[in-house]
Amino acid sequence: MSKVTEKFVDINSMNLKKGELVKEVEELCGENLFGCYQCGTCSAGCPFVDDMDLSPDEVIRYVILDRKEVLNSKTIWLCAACYTCAERCPRNINITKIMEALRQIILRKNIDRTLLTKIAKEEKETIPQLAFVCLFRKNVG
Amino acid sequence: MKLLYYPGCTLKTSAKNLEKSAFAIIEKLGHEVEEMEDWNCCGVASSLTDDDLMHHLAPLRNLIHVQDQGEEKIVTLCDMCYNTLKQTNLRMKEKPDDLETLNLFMDRENDYKGTVKVLHFLEFLRDEIGFNALKKMVKNPLKGMKIMPYYGCMLLRPREVAIDDAEEPTILKDVLKTLGAEVIDNPFKIECCGSYHTIEEKKLVSDRAHRISKFAVERGSDAIVLSCPLCRFNLDVRGKEAEKLYNNYKQVPVYYYTQLIAVALGLDPKNCGFDNHAVDPILLLKKKGVFEKKED
Repeated sequence: MSKVTEKFVDINSMNLKKGELVKEVEELCGENLFGCYQCGTCSAGCPFVDDMDLSPDEVIRYVILDRKEVLNSKTIWLCAACYTCAERCPRNINITKIMEALRQIILRKNIDRTLLTKIAKEEKETIPQLAFVCLFRKNVG
Repeated sequence: MKLLYYPGCTLKTSAKNLEKSAFAIIEKLGHEVEEMEDWNCCGVASSLTDDDLMHHLAPLRNLIHVQDQGEEKIVTLCDMCYNTLKQTNLRMKEKPDDLETLNLFMDRENDYKGTVKVLHFLEFLRDEIGFNALKKMVKNPLKGMKIMPYYGCMLLRPREVAIDDAEEPTILKDVLKTLGAEVIDNPFKIECCGSYHTIEEKKLVSDRAHRISKFAVERGSDAIVLSCPLCRFNLDVRGKEAEKLYNNYKQVPVYYYTQLIAVALGLDPKNCGFDNHAVDPILLLKKKGVFEKKED
């Protein structure tokens, strides 16, 4: 049973690069995922782990096992790039960059996570500007 | 000394009070501040994929303009801007090939030589003014105020651009001690406030704000001090909204460190922009008698 239940993207029709997911991820982020020994330090310190379907260490495992449903995981969008996991990883793996690589695989197919038209006018006027720039940088390709 | 300053989008819009209070402090310290010419958005989130050089362009263009103005240092107030500018600056120094690619791409700008140093205003206060010198200027000590320093992410991580220790930072604690306040420690001081999720995941951010503040309050804290405009919004506004989600929860006021320094130095409270807060920041200052002592 997969822990990923969301269906944000259709993995079969999104024309993923041929070959293993881990190769593409490693190319994008420059990190060695096989260095991970699944200690779970990243997940223990992650401020968003309670709301995630896959914990960050599970994401790494899913990628290594070529379970492409990891691209439908809520986790990759919940990661706000706070760099806590990257700072604490005893294997010096930048998990923050792995999350971004997975987001980029989707965003570079012209699939946006955030629909700009859905943001209410009132919110545009009250929320600090940098939050919007940050959201668009993370969720819009 | 003249400081060249990079504002960024939020300092000119929803965090004017951070800028105004910082300017008042700089003036009081006997320095000048000048806004850099022709600045643009920093991009907020630094590029995280190796092949993505495009998103280094915006911060790099700012660094080039600092260089063109004949300055070696640029001071920022926003944590996000600080982090983005500094990460790009670092990459340009470490990867000359990337710098060459971007220099060739930007045909209307001069080449970047890698000489600019990016400073956060907190670093300027610590390293160039010194907290001891600041302490001598305090007129209204924040006596009796119990405050929790909150650092968030962008001042501390990644390690290469941090202004302090990533796990046990002390810079805001030192500011508070300088001003005469009592410091309340909190392990959540370095945890993310929820950042941009404040737009699409309000409840998630309210939960974060509640978790961070509640612990501080349980330890006896009256207030929170921080430096980032987005953290301020999330802890203050989303924290206030958390009052509806959690019984008996009351959000404490959230201050920028610049506001508290301005108050402690006896500067006109008009410089602090206290009206732009969800939880009244003045009430506590009055209650603790900080405002009563007027400047001679």
